[in-house]
Amino acid sequence: MSTGTAPTAPLLEVEAIHTYYGKSHILHGVSLEVGRGEVVGLLGRNGVGKSTTLKAVTGLVHPSRGEVRFEGRLITRLPAHRVARLGIGYVPEDRRIFRLLTVVENLRTGLDRHGVTAAAKKELLEKVYAYFPVLAERRNQAGGTLSGGEQQMLAIARVMMLEPKIILLDEPTEGLMPRMVSQIREIIDALHRERVAVLLVEQNVPLTLAASQRIYILEKGVVRHHAPAAELQANDAVIHQYMGV
Amino acid sequence: MREHRGTVYWTGFAVILALLIAAPLVLPEFWRRFLTEILIWGLLAMSSDILIGYTGMISFGHSAFFGLGMYGAAAALISIQPPNLWLAMLYGLLGAAAVAGFVAYFSTRLRDIYFAITTLIFSQIFYVMIFTWTEVTGGENGVTFGRPPLSIPGLFSQPFTTATLHWFVVAVVTSSYLVLRRITQSPFGMVLQSIRENESRTRAIGYPIERYKIVAVMLSGLFAGLAGVLYAVQNQFAAPDFVFFLVSGEAVIYNVMGGIGTLVGPIFGAAFFLLLREGLSRFFTEYYLIPVGIIFVAMVIFMPQGLLGFMRRWLNE
Amino acid sequence: MRSSTSIWGCSIQFLRAIPLDQLLIQTINGIVTGMILALVASGLTLIFGIMDVVNFAHGELFMLGAYVGVIVLAATGDFWIALIAASLIIALLGAAIYLMTLRPLLGRDPLTTILATFGVSLVLQNYALWQFGPVARKIQEPFTGHFTLFYLDYPWYRLVIALLSAAIIGALWLFLKFGTYGIWIRATTQDRVMAQAMGIPVPWVLTVVFAIGAGMAGASGVLFGPLVGVNHAMGLDWILKAFIVVVVGGMGNLVGSIAASIFFSLLEAYASLWVSPAQAIIVSFVVLILTLLFRPTGLFVPTPK
Repeated sequence: MSTGTAPTAPLLEVEAIHTYYGKSHILHGVSLEVGRGEVVGLLGRNGVGKSTTLKAVTGLVHPSRGEVRFEGRLITRLPAHRVARLGIGYVPEDRRIFRLLTVVENLRTGLDRHGVTAAAKKELLEKVYAYFPVLAERRNQAGGTLSGGEQQMLAIARVMMLEPKIILLDEPTEGLMPRMVSQIREIIDALHRERVAVLLVEQNVPLTLAASQRIYILEKGVVRHHAPAAELQANDAVIHQYMGV
Repeated sequence: MREHRGTVYWTGFAVILALLIAAPLVLPEFWRRFLTEILIWGLLAMSSDILIGYTGMISFGHSAFFGLGMYGAAAALISIQPPNLWLAMLYGLLGAAAVAGFVAYFSTRLRDIYFAITTLIFSQIFYVMIFTWTEVTGGENGVTFGRPPLSIPGLFSQPFTTATLHWFVVAVVTSSYLVLRRITQSPFGMVLQSIRENESRTRAIGYPIERYKIVAVMLSGLFAGLAGVLYAVQNQFAAPDFVFFLVSGEAVIYNVMGGIGTLVGPIFGAAFFLLLREGLSRFFTEYYLIPVGIIFVAMVIFMPQGLLGFMRRWLNE
Repeated sequence: MRSSTSIWGCSIQFLRAIPLDQLLIQTINGIVTGMILALVASGLTLIFGIMDVVNFAHGELFMLGAYVGVIVLAATGDFWIALIAASLIIALLGAAIYLMTLRPLLGRDPLTTILATFGVSLVLQNYALWQFGPVARKIQEPFTGHFTLFYLDYPWYRLVIALLSAAIIGALWLFLKFGTYGIWIRATTQDRVMAQAMGIPVPWVLTVVFAIGAGMAGASGVLFGPLVGVNHAMGLDWILKAFIVVVVGGMGNLVGSIAASIFFSLLEAYASLWVSPAQAIIVSFVVLILTLLFRPTGLFVPTPK
């Protein structure tokens, strides 16, 4: 919308969205924003609507009220596949890689796009293999044969194929060993270095506090608290209050 | 409020019943028979509603139950002299029940789409058997037979006239409706409906789903067979065409058009379809199914609750 | 081998009584019909696998394909042009049917799609009856000529049908395995939601798959045309057989459908040595019932959402 006026205009703006699941009112007016290249954490107990918020951004769920803007443009009613093409990547809870497709084929679901030359595709592929050597090793194996951690790598790698401007990560460390958890941390840092924004939904509070610049805390479908991560690291009483941790 | 609803319902019921009874006295012959046929097809559709509307199982097997009811009645009317109405009914119901049991046993263990396809295949199995077993069933041409008199043994025996046959059919269909209504409102009916709403949860609570489904199919089959008997008595012939799965498909159409899960909706659906057919035949002759088919598809998309669907909850109170 | 009253002995005598050439003819007939059925069933199972739709109108697409074949053949005199034209036209018809009747039903109970496609099948059947009349038409084979197999004459054309059907199915398999669109289709079949999240244009993919399935049915109609008369009811027979095949072979299971198609067609071909074709289908029914009785319920697990 505004070209060159506000270099700090948020990349993603969620304005007071409400969602329903049948008759259940899940999100009661959630608002948040993510700036370019920013890592933003979304914390909250189970069932408060964190995943639903991400789905509303991707277009897999359409809010009945409220708006979602990406790069200033209204995307609230766009179908999910258009949203993805705009540069919003989604890594869902439980990964959901295509189990019967090989690693390469999984990557190709994001790689095979219009307007990308063969050379560029090759380069992208090499880059992601450099990040995740284990995927290079297993490139012709079916996705379903990978371990949990490897599937998580694949889910993130797959989304990177879209060359997204923002990646939505839903509980990436769930069920992973500590070694893999730190690998996820490294990946988030790497993405941040590459100026890819990240909206991180997590139950792992320390990881989220360390990796993010800002934190939103969700409770019962509303944002209850919003602060820079540093502030919450110093004073974690608020976290205890909402997370019960 | 509840009582008020009940009064409205029963008043409406009485009015319609009165109209049906008065009909043969005012309508010309053709329309008298037409109305009777609507009721018979309506009964078939109503039996199918038990499965579609209340248990959530789309079945294409009804033509088999209907057909066996028809042929069962035929068997009684041909082999036993003098032809006896009640024996015809008995044979027809037994035939339909046997087939329903057979079909139920195999298909109820399957879910949703597999159930629908398997019941369709069973209809065709019976179709082929009847079609090719010419010595017994008359094969392609079917069988004709005389119409039995309305008789109460020991009291009287009167051959049917169009009017008395109509009243007999009205009596049978009305009682069937009342019986089925009672059943759907009973605890058994409630379980069927909860199967429709959420099968896995009902199973998790501990209900033996398959047994309920089998009973539902047999119940449905019985009333479909009854419709077959009535048809045989009215038209005095039986033919394999009625066992072909397209007949089941038409019953499903009546259901959707009239409103599934209402019991009485399918009767209106049958009336709607048959009237459409009458009317459109003037313009489209035997190709009436083209516009009617289009209307049906449009209803599935835009009006899935059918004509009476909006009254569904009220009708089930 | 003793000729005894044992079952084995009786079977041997029984089989010996059948002339070898008859057995051979029926084997080839079974394979030929099986390949055509496989072509029809593959389209059906492909559609079901990706969108949980049981396309009741599939038999009618087959039938209309045959009719288009008749018309194009009459206009151009070339069988192969007719085959290609029919495939394309029926594919387009399939896309149209999908867009008008199935797309609106996307979020709803999958059973409504059975109703919708059933309605469509009625419309198409009667449309054909209206346009072409009840008298059967004929498609001329592209080449006549027999070859001798042992001491019988067997028409070349039938072998060509089998080979062509196999080729089309093979092409489909290759298309699905390699190439971007194949990946899109397979991804959408496995997880429609994630396919969307990856930017795959799922609505378009669904339309194309339905069109492909329809086109395959149309092609089968033209291929099968020369074997029997083309009439408005020919689809009914095939949809029934296709249903049996996909129930036994597994809905959405391409290899299973093909194997089951050949199996059932061979069964019926052999059965027709003793009974009329109308009754031969009873054999398929019996096998279906036995399958329902004995096969573990794993066969009937619906495709995961």
